[in-house]
Amino acid sequence: MRFTKRKKDKDSFEPILSPSQWPVVQLSKNRKEFIDSVTEEGVSRLKSIKTNKFKLIEELETTLFREKARIKKNPWKVDPEDEGSFWSGIKVRLINITTNTNSEEDSEDKILADIVRRYAEEIAGNFKQNHYRMAREIVKFGFARLLNAARIKRFGDFFRNKYTLKDKIVIKGYTEEVRELATKGTVVLVPTHFSNLDSILIGWIIHILGLPPVIYGAGLNLFNTKILAYFMNSLGAYKVDRRKKNLIYIETLKAYSSMALQKGAHSLFFPGGTRSRSGKIEKELKLGLLNSTIDAQRIIYSKNIDNKIFIVPVVINYHFVLEAPLLINQYLKRKGQERFYEETDEYSSSYKMIMFLMKFFTKGSDISVSIGKPMDVLGNSVNENGESLDNQNRVIDTRDYFLSANHVSANKQREEVYTRMLSKAIVEEFHRSNQVFASHMVAYVAFRIWRKKFNNLDLYSFLRLNEEDLLIPQKKFKKGMKKLRKVLFALETEQKLSIAPHVKQKMNDVIKHGIDNVGMYHAKRPLLMTKEGDIITKDLNTLYFYHNRLEGYELEKYI
Amino acid sequence: MSLKNTSDRVVGVIGAGSFGSAIANILSAKSKVLIYTRDEEKAEVIRTTKESKGHVFNDNVAPTTDLEYLANTCEIIFPIVASSGFRDMMQNLSPFLHPYHILIHGTKGLDYKMPFADNVDFSFSRENVHTMSEVIKDESVVVRVGCLAGPNLAREMADEQPAATVVASHFDEVIKVGQQLLRNNRFQVYGNNDLIGIELAGVLKNIIAIASGALSGLGLGENAKGLLISRGMVEMIYLGEALGGNMKAFVGLAGIGDLVATCNSPLSRNFSVGFRLAKGETLDQILGSMEEVAEGINTVKIAKKLAEFHNVKAPITQTLYKVLYENLTVEEGLAYLMKYPFNVDIAFI
Repeated sequence: MRFTKRKKDKDSFEPILSPSQWPVVQLSKNRKEFIDSVTEEGVSRLKSIKTNKFKLIEELETTLFREKARIKKNPWKVDPEDEGSFWSGIKVRLINITTNTNSEEDSEDKILADIVRRYAEEIAGNFKQNHYRMAREIVKFGFARLLNAARIKRFGDFFRNKYTLKDKIVIKGYTEEVRELATKGTVVLVPTHFSNLDSILIGWIIHILGLPPVIYGAGLNLFNTKILAYFMNSLGAYKVDRRKKNLIYIETLKAYSSMALQKGAHSLFFPGGTRSRSGKIEKELKLGLLNSTIDAQRIIYSKNIDNKIFIVPVVINYHFVLEAPLLINQYLKRKGQERFYEETDEYSSSYKMIMFLMKFFTKGSDISVSIGKPMDVLGNSVNENGESLDNQNRVIDTRDYFLSANHVSANKQREEVYTRMLSKAIVEEFHRSNQVFASHMVAYVAFRIWRKKFNNLDLYSFLRLNEEDLLIPQKKFKKGMKKLRKVLFALETEQKLSIAPHVKQKMNDVIKHGIDNVGMYHAKRPLLMTKEGDIITKDLNTLYFYHNRLEGYELEKYI
Repeated sequence: MSLKNTSDRVVGVIGAGSFGSAIANILSAKSKVLIYTRDEEKAEVIRTTKESKGHVFNDNVAPTTDLEYLANTCEIIFPIVASSGFRDMMQNLSPFLHPYHILIHGTKGLDYKMPFADNVDFSFSRENVHTMSEVIKDESVVVRVGCLAGPNLAREMADEQPAATVVASHFDEVIKVGQQLLRNNRFQVYGNNDLIGIELAGVLKNIIAIASGALSGLGLGENAKGLLISRGMVEMIYLGEALGGNMKAFVGLAGIGDLVATCNSPLSRNFSVGFRLAKGETLDQILGSMEEVAEGINTVKIAKKLAEFHNVKAPITQTLYKVLYENLTVEEGLAYLMKYPFNVDIAFI
């Protein structure tokens, strides 16, 4: 049965489907069959890439070599214990089939299928409906406690529900449309990624919007932490291991995601791949995962299934990102030609995770989530009936993009170009939906003023300047802020971005709000105001991080 | 011509000018061709005489004046109309197009939006200027877009002399389809993925073609032409890279190949514009007596503005601009260029 769309109150939505109808429930009920079909699909993809026996065996050997190296050099807690023995087994089998060519029991195809199946098992989520409900309640309860605890004035406040998550997080944008589309097809949410908190936040938002739980790829490292692993599993996460960069793993992952989409499982990808190290809104998206949406859509059309995939960009705006100092340092190191970089895991213990959440909730700072305009897999905007529209608002049949001489045809190169088109459309929508906060503005203006003063230095030398020598007089700073705000308003009229309401206050209030909030809980604050009202910094690197949020709008022409 | 290879597929050509007719003729060796012209009378002439602009058609070619019919009949369409009318044409065609259509254009010009119609003194950036493939994507839902470029003097093609072309597209399938449809014993077809680069090569070479005609008109010899072609090439590459093309596109058939062909040929319209300028005619006189557009005239205007915006040194373009629009004589222009302080021959490889 379909629940009515009427809202309970202004902030929350009725669920659009009953739990038994949730695609993710269907998927987990038939987990075994699903893994079978992923394995089959993965093997057939790989065999279409490695077209003969020789190439396939070579690929298997490369994979074996890389996996052995990974196990030795970069083991994680979450890795299964039998990993060593599994790959040793593969090694023996590979030697057998290459030396003993007429062995009938084993073959490269069988070895491939076993590896793909192992990967598929590892990737597959473990969604349980009652765990989901439980986890959701814990998140709600826990968040509410933390929120209220943060503002305790007297004993007893701890159990009051004066503040809820909804006070802290504003959701805006195309919420109704997305709810509508989720009943008409498969929704794929593609959010920006700045913080590890994003995954949990999105899970909560999906619930608030009344959408059925989505499946999403979460970094395997997050499963190292027991608490997080529980939430992740419960909220429909499947595991993506960034250490495994081999072809077999990547194709299995694509097969998994494509099959899930075909089965109508609403999904979520962080299309930037990992958290934005620089603090910039993602410009380069991971094309592999985006490609799987196009791939799935084409297969849906070729099988004449009634299902359309809708891509929904989501932008999450924070005043602060807890990991900012770490992220920006990693970014600078990487840019600084440090070529061999290993994925590290800064949330290795539950303790650190809890500290992170405590900090997040006890520091009263706001988050806004903008739901972008839904699009089809080609990046065309979609109306609430699920119809794709061209820029003159004429209806387009998305199926036509896959036709060649009247037939739906698979064409890898064509879909690669389509993937780039989709990526571009998502990036544009990210920039449009981005909500400018006062904290982004103060960081931008301060950074630009100092950067311009030392424009003879390269970025690295600039960032090594002694923070104590840097000061912007109050007047000059205010002037810069006014100029920036004017430009931002103009951009908002052109619908190139959106501006948080608090930015529209009196300039002195905007500046105060911005300085108070920008990276407010870092040990070294990116910006502070002296008693005289001048602007100083304690950490240029994090200031650079927060400044980057407004990169990509060509604001440097003005400030 | 044999009809053995004819498939059921009908291919569309929009524009029955000399190049459009030449392409229709090549296509008709293998496919049924529907050629569109706005002009009812012209369609009637093609229907009865089987001839257009000196190209004699076989029975596979049929004229039409109905864009909707053409779009419904043809999955693959070659729009070949002057750049000045290209956007209008696309706006008329667009309601009948679908994402399954493949469009391969053959127009070597640029589209631009000028704020004031008669004011040459406007400034703009790359954003206001579009190649024809960008116009197609702007105005329609078609994404599988390609272009034709290369030394394709329509007159020589009508005489069935050997020639070659480049089909450029981001899509391999578009290149493949172009090759299948166009290739024959006298027409070689190459592919290239740098759509914008190939378009720009074809567009920008028209500037140098005008300059080359001017040198001929002054009665100058081969040394001067060698100088012009090589310096012109450098200028095309700088401009092309600033506008989003890749250098490689310019050293191939669509760049140097086309440049050499047009710079030596009185058959080229752009060449003859330069030639007549050198002989003392004014731009208005020349324009008044030309049957079809010389794209280079417009391109000089746009390229000059773009060069200024992108801070690219483009002395040939800038000098031609002065000759065309600011009453500089060809001799004065040449004298200026000979004094221009070039010091490095090639600085981009």
